[in-house]
Amino acid sequence: MKMITKYVLFSIEEDTLMAGARKVKAQFEKVLSEAGLSDEIMVVETGPMGIMGKGVVILVQPDDVYYVNVTIEDAREIVNEHLLKGRPVKRLQFSGKLDQNLISFRETPQDLKNQRRIVLANSGLIDPENIDEYIAVNGYEALGKALTEHKPSEIVDMVKASGLRGRGGAGFPTGLKWSFTAPLEDKPKYIVCNADEGEPGTFKDRLIMEGDPHKLIEGMAIAAYAIGAEMGYIYIRGEYGLSISRTQKAIEDAREYGLLGKDIFGSGFNFDIEIKKGAGAYVCGEETALINSLEGGRGNPRVKPPFPGVKGLWQKPTVVNNVETLSNITSIILNGPEWYKSIGTEKSSGTKVYTILGHVNNPGLVEVEMGTPLRDIIYKYAGGVKGGRFKCALVGGAAGAFLDEEMLDVKMDYDNLGEYKAVLGSGAILVMNDSSCIVDMLRNILFFFKHESCGKCSPCRIGTTQLYAMADRIYHGEGSQEDWEKMLSVSEAMSTTALCALGQSPYLVIHTAAKYFEDEVLEHIRRGVCMSNICKMNR
Amino acid sequence: MADMVKLYIDGLEVEVPAGTTILDAAKAAGKNIPTLCYHEDLPPTAACGVCVIEYEDRPVMQRACCTPVAPGMKVVTNSKKLRERRKSIIGLVLSNHNVDCPSCSANEKCELQKLANDLGVDMHMYENILNKQPSDETSVAIIRDPDKCILCGRCVTVCDQIQTVNAIEIVDRGFGAHVDTAFSAGMGVSPCVNCGQCIVYCPTGALKEKSHIDMVWDALLDPEKHVVVQEAPAIRASLGEEFGMEMGEVTVGKMYAALKRIGFDAIFDTNFSADLTIMEEGTELVNRIKEGGKLPLLTSCSPGWVKFLETFFPEFGENISTAKSPQQMMGALTKTYYAEKAGIDPAKIVSVSIMPCTAKKFESQRPEMNDSGYRDVDYVLTTREFVRMIREAGLDFKNLPEEEPYHALADYTGAATIFGATGGVMEAAIRSAYYLITGKDLTNVDIAPVRGMEGVKEAEVDIEGLKLKVAVAHGLGNARALLNKVKKQIEETGKSEYGFIEIMACPGGCVGGGGQPYGSSIAKRARRGQGLYAEDHGLAKRCSHHNEAILKCYKDFLGEPASKKAHKLLHTNYFGRSKVSGEAVDELTHKH
Repeated sequence: MKMITKYVLFSIEEDTLMAGARKVKAQFEKVLSEAGLSDEIMVVETGPMGIMGKGVVILVQPDDVYYVNVTIEDAREIVNEHLLKGRPVKRLQFSGKLDQNLISFRETPQDLKNQRRIVLANSGLIDPENIDEYIAVNGYEALGKALTEHKPSEIVDMVKASGLRGRGGAGFPTGLKWSFTAPLEDKPKYIVCNADEGEPGTFKDRLIMEGDPHKLIEGMAIAAYAIGAEMGYIYIRGEYGLSISRTQKAIEDAREYGLLGKDIFGSGFNFDIEIKKGAGAYVCGEETALINSLEGGRGNPRVKPPFPGVKGLWQKPTVVNNVETLSNITSIILNGPEWYKSIGTEKSSGTKVYTILGHVNNPGLVEVEMGTPLRDIIYKYAGGVKGGRFKCALVGGAAGAFLDEEMLDVKMDYDNLGEYKAVLGSGAILVMNDSSCIVDMLRNILFFFKHESCGKCSPCRIGTTQLYAMADRIYHGEGSQEDWEKMLSVSEAMSTTALCALGQSPYLVIHTAAKYFEDEVLEHIRRGVCMSNICKMNR
Repeated sequence: MADMVKLYIDGLEVEVPAGTTILDAAKAAGKNIPTLCYHEDLPPTAACGVCVIEYEDRPVMQRACCTPVAPGMKVVTNSKKLRERRKSIIGLVLSNHNVDCPSCSANEKCELQKLANDLGVDMHMYENILNKQPSDETSVAIIRDPDKCILCGRCVTVCDQIQTVNAIEIVDRGFGAHVDTAFSAGMGVSPCVNCGQCIVYCPTGALKEKSHIDMVWDALLDPEKHVVVQEAPAIRASLGEEFGMEMGEVTVGKMYAALKRIGFDAIFDTNFSADLTIMEEGTELVNRIKEGGKLPLLTSCSPGWVKFLETFFPEFGENISTAKSPQQMMGALTKTYYAEKAGIDPAKIVSVSIMPCTAKKFESQRPEMNDSGYRDVDYVLTTREFVRMIREAGLDFKNLPEEEPYHALADYTGAATIFGATGGVMEAAIRSAYYLITGKDLTNVDIAPVRGMEGVKEAEVDIEGLKLKVAVAHGLGNARALLNKVKKQIEETGKSEYGFIEIMACPGGCVGGGGQPYGSSIAKRARRGQGLYAEDHGLAKRCSHHNEAILKCYKDFLGEPASKKAHKLLHTNYFGRSKVSGEAVDELTHKH
């Protein structure tokens, strides 16, 4: 008789797969079978557990023990020592502190509704490739409720009342966005999920899709119902192989269960989803460029107005929402907008998923309430700064802003950061310790913009090239005061004249670098010295 | 009646129809917001950002060219910040531009040059960074210099949306973005029809014709050579504007005077062969109607259109008139009829034409254009090249006397001169077809319905009971739409309602040709066309069949219209072409 006493959960996502998670898993199964434990100990694949850069990650339950950097050779030891004899293998145990708010397996499915983990609630907990597991944790209940108990306009009002704002970077109120498209007569309408996550250092959408693709699909279906769309597209970054295959499987499973397709829940509502793979251009994360690309055209941004909400995909009303945004919808429907509004800060409700990386001890994925100070994210959840003192964090990716030490206690939400000329952006937090150089960093970011500019508008196409050329001169000790001043003025001109956010963005990094680290830049120019000894000085 | 929107431009209240752009609303308020990539004839590409404006009550900047007005908007078009922004953008554009104004073909016509000067931009604001791409010289007609391209996108828009040829596109991204053909094969190995609309819409000198100036000067200086010249109808309506005269003023006498002073040995006029074209094409039309030949008959004077048909509508290969264009008819006669009459060895004749057209360069070099036994036309100069030669020769064009050409091959009627405007060939053909069928002249030779700038025009002519429905299309996008309509009619009913169709590759006809002065617009083309109609109106003879020199040419040399000799010299063949490379791949017609 089968009597499961322990579970060995494998975090299966792109990083762990590259580290050989499936091979290690096969070895575990082999060793367990040899030991005759197959009926007692179950090996399970789950989504991302939030621990990054530490090889193969497994979690043994109910002992609540994480192992990292697990290899094939370790399987026998873990089975013999821990699973047979009950003595955890200390040498492989995860040493970083795992806070309650870091996604983990330590909650029971029944408690989910009361938790403040919304987007990642199921990630690392259920098998993302099994629709039944999703349904077991109240999956598709929100869609059923929406279709059978609410009119589309009520859904729009609920999302409006929840205060949910777009998680793609700009923070535009989601309900308001929907309310522009919902009343339009023009048909067909489309819902497009922006999963072309390209912001450097950001991989939250990937992990959301790898961890819980059904939550996204359900959220999209509800959004489609609210705005009156019958077709949805998920534009997924082409490099995200596992996201694509898991989401594709989830779509097919949902179709099979009648949760996508014709007459869903007998409500008369039809909806289906197709996946479109991105081809690697950062600018296609900009919603109008994404729409052009979706149509098969060149990924150039369009002129706004008209906004996509009025004339989007194939000139039809189209709502484009980010993965994380849509993954919040089911919880709002199930728990009500007031519940959602009570989380986070007054003007930024809910939670935010961050990817934290760089000079921290435990890089990874964190979902915390809006308004959580940067200090907590770095020191509580990411295990603190590695290899030196905290110098600054680049928040929001390349299109984000630098925050220095004095900003560590700022509450992270859309409006608070806005007051300091910073942005929440995509939720990437790149931490730099005091061994890093701001000029080197700027030069890197500006190379990125130059490389990713679509080339359509002059301010961006030529501006990003000039900015990089000037930063490159400073990096080589050949820059002048004039170069630096021009970097400030060109980026400012670009911030209001470039056609889309790509060309408008260099302003923030350059001007926040100037705000906190201008002396360091001027050191490079006046004395030809890079204090961190990183820049390649030619003099 | 569209809803009206009230808004404020720099504090001035204006009322404009809903949907108007801020740029046009500002014009209504007497403010010209600077623009660079924008062109009034084309949909905005929003590439440059020069036309940004701001608002009194909102902290954003938007592009005036593509932002529609909204009620109560408080637009600011001129402020310190805006001037700085615009200067900065122009400075950036100049930093990525090969600034060689003195030697540039677009000098003094360049919109970037003018804007930089108007706004007081320091050329050295930013370090000059060029992509250093080689010029595309694969085409016999058009040269593209990527280092002068500012990526405004106008050429691509014209090629795609106005001409529907799609020979060029913006490829690559970021700083590497550039205009290119499929597989980077070059314009000469593309479906490009050489219409040159990309050139006349280019704000800079990134596009120009492949010049024949040096070859023509060399021939003129060679005592062994007998250099003859012909000038297209549309030239006379656009030369004046280049020398400070009224737009559209016809300058035929000064044109001849200039040609004499430059040193041509004989001066003909393409208008003569335009009349000849009417005799041949008109006869072909009449014969097809009488004998139940393939209809509708399509005109064949516009070489851009001819290549377009060969590439995209080969199924109409039997419909297009076999008559050569006036340029090539003149070329063939020059080295036969003229050589014979004047007793000159045709091998020593250099035949030059001056055309408002870049496709004529391609046409003259088509392999089959050698029916005289020699290259029928040796060199083709555009209007722009001719203007340069006049300047090089140091002529004060405006004050030249009105002179006569040298030879009877320059005699023409009003029917020939209107060839230069859209609908002109049709009108001239109707005047003579009426005579060829009935033996009588029309009492009123003005055929108003085929005139004007409407994209597709239609008329029905009553030739003593014979109802002939005709259509005129100019601009290849309009031609494509018309041909698709004809195709559908033939598919559905077995025949088309039209008997005769005139098609010109360029919007406005030859007055809007790709060889005309830089900075073309539909409005300018219309004025040049009006100049030609005015000349026609003032001439004593207005029908091709009244041209005495033509009648003499038939009597002395060709026999009669559509004779065997006429067919050998004045008619041609067409080839099916690859949509990828533009190369001839099969024969559509058989040798006449």
